[in-house]
Amino acid sequence: MCGIVGLFFKRGAATPALGPLLAGMLSQMGERGPDSTGFALYGDPAPAGAFRVTLHAPDDQYDWRALEGELGAAFSFPEPARYYCNHAVLTLGASQQEFFDWLDDGHRELGIFGFGERIEVFKDVGLPDAVARRFDLAHRSGTHALGHTRMATESAVTTEHSHPFSTGLDLCLVHNGSLSNHNRVRQSLRREGIRFATDNDTEVAAGYLTWRLAQGMSLTQALETALADLDGFYTFAVGTRDGFAILRDQIACKPAVLAETGDWVAMATEYRAIATLPGAAGAEIWEPRPATVYSWQRQ
Amino acid sequence: MIEFDLARSSVRALNERLHRLTPQTTEVYWRVLNPNGAHAIAVGITEPVQIEIKGHVGYYCAGMNAAGTVVVDGHAGTGLAENIMSGLVRVRGNASQSAAASGRGGLVVIEGDASTRCGISMKGVDIVVGGSVGHMSAFMGQKGALVVCGDADHDLGDSLYEAEIFVGGTAASLGADCIEKEMTQGDVERVAGLLDRACMAADATRFRHYGSARHLYNFHIDHATEY
Repeated sequence: MCGIVGLFFKRGAATPALGPLLAGMLSQMGERGPDSTGFALYGDPAPAGAFRVTLHAPDDQYDWRALEGELGAAFSFPEPARYYCNHAVLTLGASQQEFFDWLDDGHRELGIFGFGERIEVFKDVGLPDAVARRFDLAHRSGTHALGHTRMATESAVTTEHSHPFSTGLDLCLVHNGSLSNHNRVRQSLRREGIRFATDNDTEVAAGYLTWRLAQGMSLTQALETALADLDGFYTFAVGTRDGFAILRDQIACKPAVLAETGDWVAMATEYRAIATLPGAAGAEIWEPRPATVYSWQRQ
Repeated sequence: MIEFDLARSSVRALNERLHRLTPQTTEVYWRVLNPNGAHAIAVGITEPVQIEIKGHVGYYCAGMNAAGTVVVDGHAGTGLAENIMSGLVRVRGNASQSAAASGRGGLVVIEGDASTRCGISMKGVDIVVGGSVGHMSAFMGQKGALVVCGDADHDLGDSLYEAEIFVGGTAASLGADCIEKEMTQGDVERVAGLLDRACMAADATRFRHYGSARHLYNFHIDHATEY
């Protein structure tokens, strides 16, 4: 099972419409994935010279203010930090490597859920309505977003094993299905320098795309090579800084529906998630073909 | 005409009302509003009632239909008319994967395209598709006819038993044990009859006929040690 949703506004700045619409879509997919829920939002870019990171703490009582004090001694904060229970979104005037080294030195209790210019990643165990409330999704804006409801098959039900998985700059991936060769691919990617936080199969797919993009491939090229290198059942939805892509495996038994209007592109595991969107009744609606990459770039 | 609004009431309430209908019912004409992709709409009909659904439906719409006529004025999700026994199911838009799966009788008409595995394991249902069908359509089909006015994607009729396939366009490739067969006058008449029942305007003489080579499923005593 599992449910995927994606919403991509084709143009314009971050809109407050994104959060509530994504929450409505996710809510429809709760029955497909009651174990955990996650979403990635792409907001307005961080100021030049800064990057944005989403951190995950072991519990809701984590002392974020103390961390902010420590960080303030080392880095600047071009934007105010935002805290959502056990998640924090920080915009830091530093290079990513400087920050990761700082974190490695003193704060290994924190996980990195996403980083880049625009991405923010939130995920937790629980049904979509509860997780959306927890992270105030209804009041979040952005230009595009991906969401996932998980029915676990390949690895444990924990926050860390929830989707989306983000392994590289502004890249994230959600997955309905299961990969069968993920252990071997993970081994090869580790040798190439890709870091993994879990034993989850989907994280390997995200890491694979990060590796291919780092080689200079376009997202479409990277997904086309994934068809040969990743074995298993999948519908993938991928978000990048300015893009959005969908790929189903050659057998295509994991469902997917795409819808497009002049303003937006939406993807969902089932149409009922798309039916919640304004303009859905007049949208062009189709089912993505097997082994075919569909992608959009913001104008 | 009975109007049933799924924005105000549940699919379960609709189906329970439909299941309570008797042969003497006067509630023959139904219109279902606001389906919004809900699953299992109008499943298990046993009386010759007519139901029009105004919008897109989710999974398993009109499953197990016997005697009813169900028209979807929109697209249909996975498993349309699964295990249909008799009657007519028509979709004015496209249908997702496994349309008419394991259907035993009746007619399923998809005016647009059907996705992968259309007519999988069909056991007597007739299917007419106005557009094209996805890969592995009529997989392990046992009985009935699949008529495709457009094209068929790869592996058409894989592991076919005695279902027959007629394609107006081109088949990308045939599955294991599926072969092209002669289009006889009887076949032309059969296709013309189905197109007529489906209200599709297409020239039955231009269709090509595919069926089972019967090498895969026939038991040969000479090969007993290979099974």
